[in-house]
Amino acid sequence: MFKRTFAYTETASQTVSVATQREPFLVMEDVSKVYPTSKGPYTVLDGVNLTVAEGEFICVIGHSGCGKSTLLNMVAGFNHPTSGEVRLGSKPITKPGPDRMVVFQNYALLPWRTAFENVYLAVNAVHPNKPQAEKRAIVREHLAMVGLSEAADKKPPQLSGGMKQRVSIARALAIRPQVLILDEPFGALDAITKEELQEELLKIWNDHRCTVLMITHDIDEALFLADRLVMMTNGPHAKIGEVMEIPFPRPRDRARIMEDPQYYKLRNYALDFLYHRFAHDE
Amino acid sequence: MTTLRTRPARSLQNPWLSRINKQFPDIVPPIIATAIFLVIWQLFSLTPGATLPGPVQVVRDTWILIFWPFFDLGGTNKGLFWQILASLQRVAISYVLAAIFGIGLGILIGTSKVMSKALDPLFQLLRTVPPLAWVPISLAALRQNEPAALFVIFITAIWPILINTAVGVKQIPQDYNNVAKVLQLTRKEYFFNILIPAALPYIFTGLRIAIGLAWLAIIAAEIVMSGIVGIGFFIWEAYQNNNVSEVILALVYIGVVGLLLDKIMAWIETLIVPQGQKS
Repeated sequence: MFKRTFAYTETASQTVSVATQREPFLVMEDVSKVYPTSKGPYTVLDGVNLTVAEGEFICVIGHSGCGKSTLLNMVAGFNHPTSGEVRLGSKPITKPGPDRMVVFQNYALLPWRTAFENVYLAVNAVHPNKPQAEKRAIVREHLAMVGLSEAADKKPPQLSGGMKQRVSIARALAIRPQVLILDEPFGALDAITKEELQEELLKIWNDHRCTVLMITHDIDEALFLADRLVMMTNGPHAKIGEVMEIPFPRPRDRARIMEDPQYYKLRNYALDFLYHRFAHDE
Repeated sequence: MTTLRTRPARSLQNPWLSRINKQFPDIVPPIIATAIFLVIWQLFSLTPGATLPGPVQVVRDTWILIFWPFFDLGGTNKGLFWQILASLQRVAISYVLAAIFGIGLGILIGTSKVMSKALDPLFQLLRTVPPLAWVPISLAALRQNEPAALFVIFITAIWPILINTAVGVKQIPQDYNNVAKVLQLTRKEYFFNILIPAALPYIFTGLRIAIGLAWLAIIAAEIVMSGIVGIGFFIWEAYQNNNVSEVILALVYIGVVGLLLDKIMAWIETLIVPQGQKS
């Protein structure tokens, strides 16, 4: 339905064909998740299908309780589908691993270690046999990438929320994951810090081109960052409602995107999906 | 600003006292409180029919013990320094053992749900047994005063360490465990990088409670065990000989040592527990 609406946009249809031509990399096939409760089984996700190409930037949006985090936790390996399968490459995902690194909502930094040591712990765990000098160089390189060289020796309680999230992103990227999973990474940050970090994330992604799955509540964030926006229906029995292609050319510039008349069409479409067609009951 | 600051100083009657109060603001109030306490005690002891000596009488009766803490006449007839040292040595041995076993078992219970379910009821039951109740059973089992005393301290001190360690391990934030899972940390890496630092504030809370209990237990244990050098038995012997002043002096010493032990643990805690991590 959506595709028909925007079929006249040439760029949009082109991106669609490019995306479908690419090799399937991360595949969610008929994924369902049912939790047993005292009141009987509770179906969170019901038949989710999504194929992500390598190097794609995907944002997932939906009301709270729609199972976005459950879905991403399955990709991370913390959680297993009740039925269906999640595959990376051709291998089914069975447990967490550094090839699918997570940037946690609450940063999940160890408060008794400095920013440097937090990143080093990850690098050391993934490359135990590399010489120490090389591991330290990797840590320094990634802290510099997120602009934190100067705060390397500070501990998380001394860092601001934005800086903590930067450390967390540096930690995630330092181990070169195939898939980067971000669970509402900028939700707790102020608007300015949020925009700064979005731009940095986009720049880093442009250089690295790892596959990104990101949960967000912010439509503008999704439109600025993602190749495709996955919109989920409400739970229980949540599934993917629609997938919106975001056709803006890269590298993206926030001001230029905002001026694009298409931006508002896409934005209104997503808003309509979230607040009219699948409005939250409460 | 300056007029505001000088005004209260001028209004104070005693400039000497105010200077001390300014330099040691935490010292003057407790000294005044203690002095008032001693005066009230002295007044009560002067009332007709008083059974306990007042502070002046205590010092008069025990000044030999106060000024010669290092004498050693053999047997249990030793200065208070040696009595306290003997008790402290027992505490040290048993406390270290209690810490080792308590932290070890606490980690086991904290990390294993099966172990937790299996052992928790037993531990909850045993921990409520008061130190003195352990004395007869340990004497019956070990047959000698010295090991029995050590066991009583051990069994008293282990529970807060064990239970706090277990709680500390159980409450490690899920986020940290998820990081460990994603990075596939080895058991050793997880243990030293996440489990121990995360549980450390709780472990120290347990250790601090335990040092107080261990000191409590040794006094109780020694009172019952005749013929050993130690501050507990010293109290009992003084009581048997009707030297109430000596009993009171020993109580003061016990209190001071207990306070010092607690302060030492608190100080070690500030050295070891990572910053921003204190519970």
